[in-house]
Amino acid sequence: MGHYIPSTREEQQQMLDSIGAQSVAALFADVPASVLRTEPLDLPAGKSELEVRQAITEMAGENKVYGTILRGAGAYQHYIPSIVTYITAKEEFVTSYTPYQAELSQGILQSIFEYQTMICDLTGMDESNASLYDGATAAAEAVAMCRDRKRTVALVSATTHPDVINTIRTYCYGAGHELRIVPQQNGQTDLAALQEALTDDVCCFYVQQPNFYGQFEDCQALGEVVHQAGAKYIMGCNPIALAIMKTPAACGADVAVGEGQPLGMPLAYGGPYLGFMAASAAMVRKLPGRIVGETVDADGQRAYVLTLQAREQHIRREKASSNVCSNQALCALTAAVYMSTMGPEGLKQAAVQSMSKAHYFARRLAEIPGVQVQFGDQWFHEFVTTLPVSAEAVLHALDAADILGGYPVEQGILWCVTEVVSKAQLDQAAAIIGEVCASCS
Amino acid sequence: MQLIFEKSRPGRGCTILPVCDVPEVQLPEQLKREQPLPLPELSETDISRHYTALAKRAHGVNDGFYPLGSCTMKYNPRIDEEMAALPGFTGVHPLQPAATVQGCQKVLDTAKAYLCEATGMDDITFQPAAGAHGEFTGLLLIKAYHEARGDLHRNKIIIPDAAHGTNPASAVMAGFTVVTIPSNADGCVDLDALRASVGEDTAGLMLTNPNTVGIFDSNILEITDIIHRAGGLNYYDGANFNAIMGVVRPGDMGFDVVHLNLHKTFATPHGGGGPGSGPVACKEILRPYLPGCAVAGDSAPKLQVKGFYGNFLVVLKALTYMMTLGAEGIREACEGAVLNANYMMSGLRDLYPVAYGQRCMHEFVLSLEQLKKETGVSALDVAKSLIDYGMHPPTMYFPLIVHEALMFEPTETESKETLDEAIAVLRALYELAYSDAEQMHQAPHHAQIKRPDEVQAARHPVLRYQR
Ligand SMILES: Cc1ncc(COP(=O)(O)O)c(C=O)c1O
Repeated sequence: MGHYIPSTREEQQQMLDSIGAQSVAALFADVPASVLRTEPLDLPAGKSELEVRQAITEMAGENKVYGTILRGAGAYQHYIPSIVTYITAKEEFVTSYTPYQAELSQGILQSIFEYQTMICDLTGMDESNASLYDGATAAAEAVAMCRDRKRTVALVSATTHPDVINTIRTYCYGAGHELRIVPQQNGQTDLAALQEALTDDVCCFYVQQPNFYGQFEDCQALGEVVHQAGAKYIMGCNPIALAIMKTPAACGADVAVGEGQPLGMPLAYGGPYLGFMAASAAMVRKLPGRIVGETVDADGQRAYVLTLQAREQHIRREKASSNVCSNQALCALTAAVYMSTMGPEGLKQAAVQSMSKAHYFARRLAEIPGVQVQFGDQWFHEFVTTLPVSAEAVLHALDAADILGGYPVEQGILWCVTEVVSKAQLDQAAAIIGEVCASCS
Repeated sequence: MQLIFEKSRPGRGCTILPVCDVPEVQLPEQLKREQPLPLPELSETDISRHYTALAKRAHGVNDGFYPLGSCTMKYNPRIDEEMAALPGFTGVHPLQPAATVQGCQKVLDTAKAYLCEATGMDDITFQPAAGAHGEFTGLLLIKAYHEARGDLHRNKIIIPDAAHGTNPASAVMAGFTVVTIPSNADGCVDLDALRASVGEDTAGLMLTNPNTVGIFDSNILEITDIIHRAGGLNYYDGANFNAIMGVVRPGDMGFDVVHLNLHKTFATPHGGGGPGSGPVACKEILRPYLPGCAVAGDSAPKLQVKGFYGNFLVVLKALTYMMTLGAEGIREACEGAVLNANYMMSGLRDLYPVAYGQRCMHEFVLSLEQLKKETGVSALDVAKSLIDYGMHPPTMYFPLIVHEALMFEPTETESKETLDEAIAVLRALYELAYSDAEQMHQAPHHAQIKRPDEVQAARHPVLRYQR
């Protein structure tokens, strides 16, 4: 038979006989004749594995994989240790379902428990869930956690990633609640504007750290203002930066979320990535999605189970804290293996090197006449520069040298440098940009 | 087994990154992390052994029969994984210029062509990351559609009581009020109840067909017509699409929007709970509301449910699978799934009563109510006993309309021998229930752990390692 169906024609006939059915078609007798297909779907015929491999490999060849990537804007190229790829390809991890049956899923459950611990350690928060779809949905779910009857308006800083803003907006639209954008000033959240926006119907304020422009916000000050107004404080954090920057817990966050992709996941044209979420103990029963907890089995041995399920859709249905069922477990495993491999020192190195190289590149760019680094000098591994020429001209020249330049923004270009880019590559890129700027001006 | 943190030794580690080749930049004091970062410190050997040990304490599709109802645990082809690991896909940044991502675009366009044809729909979004996420997305399309027509009072979504929990949860997230309608004596939609529940406030209906008891609702055309006549739209929960693909299309049954679980029907692995992919396909009338991506420059997309374009690599795996199967293979997979389910059901039904109907589609639900009454052995006991035979238990206690429910979905990728063996084990367990119920109350006996204390876990939550 092929196509992953083991039964032979003969066996199929035996099965039909034992059921007492005339034919396979008889099993579909409940389908109204007017819609039952007699013709095959209008699709190509099936192919052999070799043909499919060739066709898909050809598609892969139509993409350009850049030798140097200086673009972030929500997706970051960090080094992925070999062991991460190897472990996360183990078929027991890859092919199992959500661990509903604890007795034969201790490996999955323990790996999630360890992941939850690492996310708590990274963020300083009390409790973590098992993962969400990505950073944007984690942000939107965090906002939903903070709403109550009286407080329904969500505030989001204008310095947030556009996809995150738009996803929060969409979830708010669903719930019938309002989203208001707090304006920015010089690449940072406008504190005075935030203060003004914090009316007593505001449930929460969301800020990204470092923000979309790479800038560090004064998250402690923002948090104080938010709490004074009786609202909840959500921080969306870059997980690599968390190795060296003040934790959301230390900034007073009630919920910390973020895009976990930098923790060992490839760029992969935008997914699958990982939404992480951790909260203060007071909010644990509002967490969306799966949570693994420790308990004992009937023999008193340590064991792990899915827990606090009274929050979830399969128990609470329309009263559930969220509709999340499948999440991103394998990506959470990836993050946990990545963090274990890097260790505390390695993760700090990834952060410090990314930041150091980005600042080095900024200094090189600033030497070019007409190129100015925008905003303040407190930023992580992304920064914005103005250009004396069009962004297009710069990006085009870099592309010719196999370099993916930064992401074009209103002010110029948003650059990103991570630890995988060498000084030599940065010097080369700076030289190319210098030439373009010189020749066009 | 020890936690990874308990294996940590100060000073151990792996050498992953080179020495920094530019001057080091420090954060100013007020921005610096003050808390310690207690990640484990391990050698690569430690890490490798730890995760190998964890993997041995997991049960995947390749470890044995996995008839988890409603989850379509079919075999996950290796070629799909290999294609998704090609550097030509994994190394692509989501914001590269269009000319440099022609291959990714072709993947999405081809997958769209396959899935629109298979569902009978006109367009699709791959942004949703899972089935539930697709439900939310599809319901937002319905909401946006009514609003655009100035039809502002359609705030109710009708959902049968047999539906999956994500359906009502998604409807509420999309701002709707849920109207639950009872199932009739056949486990299908009660047409009178449906007629009585529709009105000018009906936004739509959410339905999976075959339904969650594994029966194809033969009134489907009438059902979708009732909703359309009332001015509502029909949402198809595609979790059960394996039962109909190639045989009948949601778009031909009166559905306007559908999500698919690529991680069920289209053979992409579940990863221990994701990543999945829940693309939403829709009819022309809903196309204007499909979500977009703000950072990719979609001009003010009204809706966006996730960053970028969805779980791309999962879509790629599904495409590899669909290209392999082709038109005939897709239909054969469906037929094989339905045949296997009926065969397994017919081998059990004299002992374990089937909840509804004579025939099933790709899955069936047994009710162990009688067995429990007579022996005290519950659906849970039978499920846990299966573990000792190297089998993953079926879905338990779902749908809620069946007491002591066990829901089996064998899928087409299991052989007759596997089904025969499972039937034999379940028949033996039936006998055991009468001879030694106590043994079954204690099951499993040879698993990684005995039954866990779930009450304690919820009452005194320990959600992370306590140092
Ligand atoms: C009938 C049905 N609908 C929806 C879902 C939700 O799918 P997902 O887990 O991908 O969110 C499931 C998953 O089990 C299901 O069985």
